[in-house]
Amino acid sequence: MFPTLGYNSLDLEVHTTHSEDETILAGRKFAARLHAGDVIALYGTLGAGKTEFVKGICEYFHVEDVVSSPTFTIMNQYDGMQSNGDDVKLYHVDLYRINSKREFSEIGFSECMNAPDAIKLVEWAEKANDEIPANRYTISFDLDNSDENIRHISISHQGEQVLAA
Amino acid sequence: MLVAIESSCDETSVAVLNGTDVLSNIISSQLIHSKWGGVIPELASRAHIESITHVLNAALDEAGIGMGNVHALACTTAPGLAGALLVGTNFAKGLSLKYNIPCVPVNHIEGHLYSGFLEDDTLQFPAVTLVVSGGHTSLFFVESYSSYAILGSTRDDAAGEAFDKTAKMLGLGYPGGPLIDALARQGNPSAIEFPRPLLHSQSFEFSFSGMKTSVRHYLQTHHPDGVPHNMLPDICASLQAAIVDVLVQKTIRAATEYAASGIVIAGGVSANSALRQEMAIAARKKNIHFVAPRASYSLDNAAMIGFVAQKKLQAGDSPSFRRLDFEVNSKALRMHKHGSAART
Repeated sequence: MFPTLGYNSLDLEVHTTHSEDETILAGRKFAARLHAGDVIALYGTLGAGKTEFVKGICEYFHVEDVVSSPTFTIMNQYDGMQSNGDDVKLYHVDLYRINSKREFSEIGFSECMNAPDAIKLVEWAEKANDEIPANRYTISFDLDNSDENIRHISISHQGEQVLAA
Repeated sequence: MLVAIESSCDETSVAVLNGTDVLSNIISSQLIHSKWGGVIPELASRAHIESITHVLNAALDEAGIGMGNVHALACTTAPGLAGALLVGTNFAKGLSLKYNIPCVPVNHIEGHLYSGFLEDDTLQFPAVTLVVSGGHTSLFFVESYSSYAILGSTRDDAAGEAFDKTAKMLGLGYPGGPLIDALARQGNPSAIEFPRPLLHSQSFEFSFSGMKTSVRHYLQTHHPDGVPHNMLPDICASLQAAIVDVLVQKTIRAATEYAASGIVIAGGVSANSALRQEMAIAARKKNIHFVAPRASYSLDNAAMIGFVAQKKLQAGDSPSFRRLDFEVNSKALRMHKHGSAART
């Protein structure tokens, strides 16, 4: 075993998209690196493109269902397929309506986050910072000051930093 | 007597039905806790496990019966939140075992679909039902109690979500739908031209996620320093008109294309006064029977679940005795999407 030296955060990339379709495409491209078990925390204001990005991720995994906003349903579950042909589940979680800590257990949040066979996509992740595994991708969506259609999407990865012995 | 249980999302609800007559229909958020002398400090959303016994007892009390009079159970098994469905289905299983009575599994959306027939028994098939709430916006063609087809759904946000999220951007409270509805009554619906997404598309799909960007753009362009209070009624009325326009026009077009004799609106947003009014006017022009069920049959409730169960029992469906598996997604509804709706 390697000693764990805490966490690091690595900015991987920043994208600028000019339409909903481009945001979906950015999600699709990002998804190529994902594996079952991964957690993706999505940050951004109302209408910033989080759900569109998730649509792209689901497209990459050949999800047949319509991927719609889980704001009211809180958690949607989709069946997808990985590039090697294996099945993978995608949990699309939205914490927008979650207001208290006790609600996390009512929605089964930690069971969901720890499901090894699923990719977990969490919108409004700021509501659950310490409930989301530290090892995760963080994706932030920022509006553009001058153009209502432009989104700035930055992707980083937080994980346990390991030092070779 | 049949006892129905609904716990798919926020609400815990239990209803007692005699045939298709609703004797009681208790919804947790409507239970006033003072009635319980402080026994239940608070019936929070999704606190199903804490409220379900109290809600059952209240439903039995109001109906004036005991569990000994109950011959069948019904329970929502899909779609919904896993944890929420787990509580309702296991509670139903327990009652089924204890009292040795069958339990009918019911799809939550089917409950909404047939709620118009629960409200008004003169309504005739075929009907077009618009299920419109915070979580759903879908149009269905309903041929009978055993046959229906989904015509289209939202691609992104539900209409209720569009109301709630734009209300938040306008600095209004939660839930936003009723607040926008109230402010809109004093406003001019033609004051601002908000887009009507997919209005002219031939499909019966909806898309409301763009409303957030439209409202943000309008606010940044016209009121960068905050919305003056006297502008709120016009903004709300215009926003509401945009959403209602799309819902009404698509529903009427579906009803005409499919030669429906009735139109039903169901789900929380069906309480919106402009939607009720505009749909009623449009349906009358086409000479189509329009039904908007009362609030307690429109919100998530157990009466509609019990009603569907009674229809299944009358049709001779053998209840899946003690085998209640819940589904987070509704595969049944997905299959119907490819079913054969008789388009005229």
